[in-house]
Amino acid sequence: MTAQVSGAANEAKTGSILAVTKARYVYPRGNVVALEEISVDVPAGQSLGIVGQNGSGKTTLTKLMNGLLRPTSGSVVVDGMDTAKYPVQAMAAHVGYVFQNPNHQLFAPTVADELAFGPRNLGVSEEGIAERVAEATEFFSLQEVLALHPYRISFPLRKLVGIASIFTMRPKVFILDEPTTGQDHRTTSTINRLIHELVDRGSTVICVAHDMPLLADVSERLIVMWNGQLIADGTPREVFSDKAVMGRTHLAPPQITQFSMQLPGRAGRPPALSLAELVAEYQTPDRAAAREA
Amino acid sequence: MVTDSYISISDLTFTYAQGTRPALSGVNLEIQQGEYVALVGLNGAGKTTLGLCLNGIIPHMLMGQGSGRVRIAGQDPWVTPVREMGRIVGMVFDNPEFQMSQVTAAEEVALGLENLGVPYPEMVERVAAALGTVGLTGFDERSPMALSGGQQQRLAIAATLAMRPSILFMDEPTSNLDPIGKEEVFEIARRLNREEGITIVVAEHEVEVLAEYADRIIVLSEGRIALQGTPAEVFSQVDAVAALGLRVPQVTEFAHAVEGGTGELPVTLEGALTWAEARR
Repeated sequence: MTAQVSGAANEAKTGSILAVTKARYVYPRGNVVALEEISVDVPAGQSLGIVGQNGSGKTTLTKLMNGLLRPTSGSVVVDGMDTAKYPVQAMAAHVGYVFQNPNHQLFAPTVADELAFGPRNLGVSEEGIAERVAEATEFFSLQEVLALHPYRISFPLRKLVGIASIFTMRPKVFILDEPTTGQDHRTTSTINRLIHELVDRGSTVICVAHDMPLLADVSERLIVMWNGQLIADGTPREVFSDKAVMGRTHLAPPQITQFSMQLPGRAGRPPALSLAELVAEYQTPDRAAAREA
Repeated sequence: MVTDSYISISDLTFTYAQGTRPALSGVNLEIQQGEYVALVGLNGAGKTTLGLCLNGIIPHMLMGQGSGRVRIAGQDPWVTPVREMGRIVGMVFDNPEFQMSQVTAAEEVALGLENLGVPYPEMVERVAAALGTVGLTGFDERSPMALSGGQQQRLAIAATLAMRPSILFMDEPTSNLDPIGKEEVFEIARRLNREEGITIVVAEHEVEVLAEYADRIIVLSEGRIALQGTPAEVFSQVDAVAALGLRVPQVTEFAHAVEGGTGELPVTLEGALTWAEARR
């Protein structure tokens, strides 16, 4: 397998950092179609959430996005590079992929080495590596486990190390597969803060999750997968309001969103995505006056 | 004479062999038969350790230094062998795949019964009944690996139920499942609790789900019980829960934000809608 470096610039036609065009994926053994023809353009800097039940094609789609899988037909272009033409290692500098299971990802003898591995591989100077490791240690509060073997720490913490070790690579596109699964509220808050931070820095974030409160807060856009098909694409507010899509996929909006949709005297207003939003609305003078009357 | 509760734990302290601080510290807990109890807390707060103390995995299989008194249905798990305790306390863990070892679903359920030496005709009967309870009738010959996550977790529950336990401890049983699988597992646990009187102890992070299903919430923090009571009693203490690094259901937080006070707040969606209706 050889990397074709020539013509990379010409491949970026859409202005998107990531363009999935009519991509279809059939697993090589058997004829199970994991993904029907799917097209998604992701503008640089967007925070995109992907939802759907297990087996709906979410993970297959994200693996196409980082070149781990190549489309059976159609194309996937990331940062100007067609994934069919580059080895997955060449894609890694552009797309960081955090596995749902950190055991599929971690292998270094200590957490500190794990954090340094990615940037060292990218040719970052030792000084730069030290700075990135220090930043990640602080951000994810890993001070106490830096010297430990990744398998000597708890699974939830190991998952956080998996995220931190991609964070130090500073990829333009950051893909997270179920980052909050099995995590407590404190760690979920850290992951929420991470996604906001990445977006502030101009990274593109793609997050697959069942955690609707997380996605309602961090995603500008949600796509819904069902049976290998993309069946909805919009803002979280639009998607959560689409009762047909939510019902068909058995997905439930965050509790506060469901509450706002059923709240008496609120008919016709768009659903609230967060607690703060609904509290602010509830406390506006005209609403308060209406309740007094 | 004072009779022990179904689950009676007094002054339980336990430190793992490699641990630097106690995983559990002075825990006192009484659970009545047929209760549905939820353990909440940050990772490392002691939820799993407490669960593993119920059937003697601690201290027989995971070693450490312990003290205190534990009585489960009259048995002392520090003395009674784990395989005996397994008839009383069933265990379901977060990753069903790790619990699967057999070629077919029926064999998976039969495994524990074989180990107990249950006669064949009774085994067949119990396997069929357990698969039926979790809605997997007809899946007997299927490979556990070919099942969805939710089906696998239901199979893990069936394998446990075949032993006819009176207590079921579930450790984050749905953290690897999708929303459909999550609902399946919680619905089955509710049915086992209501219809069969099985005592449920579940460790789980998603407070909205627990407020819907549990009779009692026990909040653990650094190995100690920090708060306990009905979901309304515990979650209405929004600030105390937040101080422990945890959160309450979103609707409770909403009611707290717009009304404040020290009264009991709604903890479920339905409760919150009634609450809102009353304030129109």
